[in-house]
Amino acid sequence: MNDFAHLLDRLAYEPRRNAKLRLLQDYFAHAPDPERGYALAAMTGGLTFREAKPAMIRGLVEARIDPVLFALSHNYVGDLAETTALIWPTPEPAGGAGHGIVGPGHNNPPPHVPTLAEVVETLRTVKKADLPARIAEWLDALDETGRWALLKLITGALRVGVSARLAKTAIGALGGHEADAVEEVWHGLEPPYATLFAWVEGRAERPTTLNPAPFRPPMLSHPIDEDGDFEKLDPAAFSGEWKWDGIRVQLVGGRDAAGVQVARIYSRTGEDISGAFPDLAEAITFEGAIDGELLILREQRVQSFNVLQQRLNRKAVTPKLLEEFPAHVRAYDLMQADGEDLRPLPFMERRARLESFVAALDHARIDLSPLVPFSTWEQLAIARSDPASVGGGADSDAIEGVMLKARDSAYLPGRPKGPWWKWKREPFRVDTVMMYAQRGHGKRSSFYSDYTFGVWREREDGTPELVPVGKAYHGFTDAELAKLDRYVRNNTTKRFGPVREVSYGLDHGLVLEIAFEGVQRSTRHKSGVAMRFPRVARIRWDKPAAEADRIDALETILARGEREIAPGETLTEAQG
Amino acid sequence: MSISASDLLTLTREGLYCPLGRFHVDPTWPVPRALITHGHADHARSGHGHVLATPETLRIMAVRYGADFCESRQEAPLGQAIRIGDVTVRFAPAGHVLGSAQIAIEAQGVRVVVSGDYKRAYDPTCLPFEVVPCDVFITEATFGLPVFRMPDTRDEVRKLLDSVALFPERAHIVGAYALGKAQRVMALLREAGYDRPIYLHGAMEKLTELYKQEGIPLGETPKVVAAERGKLHGAIVLCPPSSIQDVWSRKFPDPVTSFASGWMRVRARARQKGVELPLCISDHSDWPDLCRTIRETGAGEVWVTHGQEDALVHWCGTQGIKAKPLHMLGYGDDGESEPAAAAEEAA
Repeated sequence: MNDFAHLLDRLAYEPRRNAKLRLLQDYFAHAPDPERGYALAAMTGGLTFREAKPAMIRGLVEARIDPVLFALSHNYVGDLAETTALIWPTPEPAGGAGHGIVGPGHNNPPPHVPTLAEVVETLRTVKKADLPARIAEWLDALDETGRWALLKLITGALRVGVSARLAKTAIGALGGHEADAVEEVWHGLEPPYATLFAWVEGRAERPTTLNPAPFRPPMLSHPIDEDGDFEKLDPAAFSGEWKWDGIRVQLVGGRDAAGVQVARIYSRTGEDISGAFPDLAEAITFEGAIDGELLILREQRVQSFNVLQQRLNRKAVTPKLLEEFPAHVRAYDLMQADGEDLRPLPFMERRARLESFVAALDHARIDLSPLVPFSTWEQLAIARSDPASVGGGADSDAIEGVMLKARDSAYLPGRPKGPWWKWKREPFRVDTVMMYAQRGHGKRSSFYSDYTFGVWREREDGTPELVPVGKAYHGFTDAELAKLDRYVRNNTTKRFGPVREVSYGLDHGLVLEIAFEGVQRSTRHKSGVAMRFPRVARIRWDKPAAEADRIDALETILARGEREIAPGETLTEAQG
Repeated sequence: MSISASDLLTLTREGLYCPLGRFHVDPTWPVPRALITHGHADHARSGHGHVLATPETLRIMAVRYGADFCESRQEAPLGQAIRIGDVTVRFAPAGHVLGSAQIAIEAQGVRVVVSGDYKRAYDPTCLPFEVVPCDVFITEATFGLPVFRMPDTRDEVRKLLDSVALFPERAHIVGAYALGKAQRVMALLREAGYDRPIYLHGAMEKLTELYKQEGIPLGETPKVVAAERGKLHGAIVLCPPSSIQDVWSRKFPDPVTSFASGWMRVRARARQKGVELPLCISDHSDWPDLCRTIRETGAGEVWVTHGQEDALVHWCGTQGIKAKPLHMLGYGDDGESEPAAAAEEAA
């Protein structure tokens, strides 16, 4: 448990992806089985056990520490697990040597320190009434970092900035495999993953997946560079499709050993989201794997991402939610059908198979992503800028650009450069004024690289004021960042911890032209609006702050996005 | 007892004042006569008339403020009784930084001890804290909450060395206060067997030199040459805390940001400062040592100068010890702090 705790401790402070990867690899290479397997499960969300409630932990502490001192401490530290870890009284070790003696021989931990495996297995089987006593025993045995990690683990609040993908990347690297190779076998495995470790360490064959509906790593695209890529590409070699503004999913169906149909919906990262979309899972009556975009359709019309998000944000899947936000999949690829792996086939062959597969399925929740015909890049450019002109029809608002897929390319997991390109619609743009700046992370940790910006609106008395509408932290070069950083340091008016307020007003301030993909209503922002994917498009050193945009510019875009159909309303009413 | 503790010590705008001896202790404003506990900038200021302090503290002040930091000065050897007006004062080691002292003030059988900043933990660069029995004990409470229990410094130094081993191509930039903490970290690294050069920011150079002159071995400690920063792969570099996020630190190869401070005990504090490798090394007493020290002095009354007073005052109450917070202003609000300007000025 202590090694795992120290890994989590380092990860919690480490912002760099590559350094996290190194820490993970170092741990997985040295930790024994089944310890590392449970660690992997903890980081990939693969553990299920009885969670401890905060009130129970508070009770354990208050039985040992003056409640006044505990309350003052909790108030100061702000986190129950951390306060408990720090304040928990440790029995004085015999001989009064204090903490472990460093140096040769220090890897003789006290005999009663629990292993992670012991903790996980105990939590699975322990009776509820016995839980507090077991937790107290563990807290007595562990050091401060160990207590913190244990409490985070057992309260289900283990957040150390490691994605399942990153953990799998580290596992793969142990044996020189890509993360995708791990993903391929992942869904057939159970913690503590002994067969997985044996495989990556070359001690055993690749584990065979018994999962009848496994996740397959998706093929991803690169953004196209308008200034250089098109001249190198032949339009005749590519097929065009709309790029839908939904979430990428896989619909996978199969039969288990007993012949029972298994239906799974996976997110792009391999997360099983079937439980959140029972309406869609019902449609998986086939054996195969469809790659497509999850969208909300009302009256056959694709709704904006704004609407989809309202369903994604709900915890409980109620009948009302299912009715008001019906989930659909617009299918664009077929990875597997009737026991055959189609991924080695060229795109156009898979497409033909997909068309007949979807037609045979004939289900209202699953339809085909239409092709966008073009023979020159100019024709494609017109389609992209005005989808309605080439058959995008009523769904045009939910189209965020076009996709280009090489006709002869196999389905390759990951993000291979060349076969798939995305060409997003021109972003929205707005001129804003910089209001606050915050230091970045990792390589940018010493630079003020995260900017909160605002636009003008009128106060009740009619005078103008800037209201923050978003935050951007990319879109500029290193040289521009250096200039922005200098600007922030030279124009600071107030400091709040890591944040600086810069000087702004009608006659002074820095204008940032922000590009973004859309606007949503937000109760968290004072302005009531939130932007999607805002980034700095240009730094307008030349433009006076008074000439920055007004909030109306965002309200207009918002109003356009909200022209979707309200639940229960018909298309004609909505258009009226 | 014919006199009370408040005849020996009261609180004025400038700080603690002894009416019977007509002197201040660690005044935050210039005064005619000052007794100084230690050389940190929030306790030792320039511009006083007469200064009484340990020889080391006087030399530290001379390095920081120039030789004419006061009009006249007097060395206070540890343990020696010195008569000032109607009181007798005696300096005793506080274990905080080189030259740091507690000041015991006594008259007509009543003794008050101003402990200044102090710690009980191991520190190879200064004399250990000495318990001085007293009637009133005046303590800091920088880490006056039971969550502050400092780990063994050897484990913290081991964390740093482990990180250097795991990331041998990255420079390790360790923020540390220029007086005391920096030299303690160097000495601990040497004790852990680290014998490569330890690189120093310019602001650390003079005080580190002074420590060496005082006979504390710190090994090879070259100053960082600006143009060479990009080549310091795997090096350990010490700098003032304000520099870890500064332009200065950007030129090192893929730096690991570290900070040696008791504040690193709390994760949010470390994250706010953008610290990736926190080292819990404190020059202040942690909670168990604050409580232990109060008990060992046998004081019937405790005054708390600055820090997290509430919890310590509450604890004293549960132990039957009279206690009150002084709510003193002017001492670094995060305790170990030396104002950034003081750290830079030593450059």
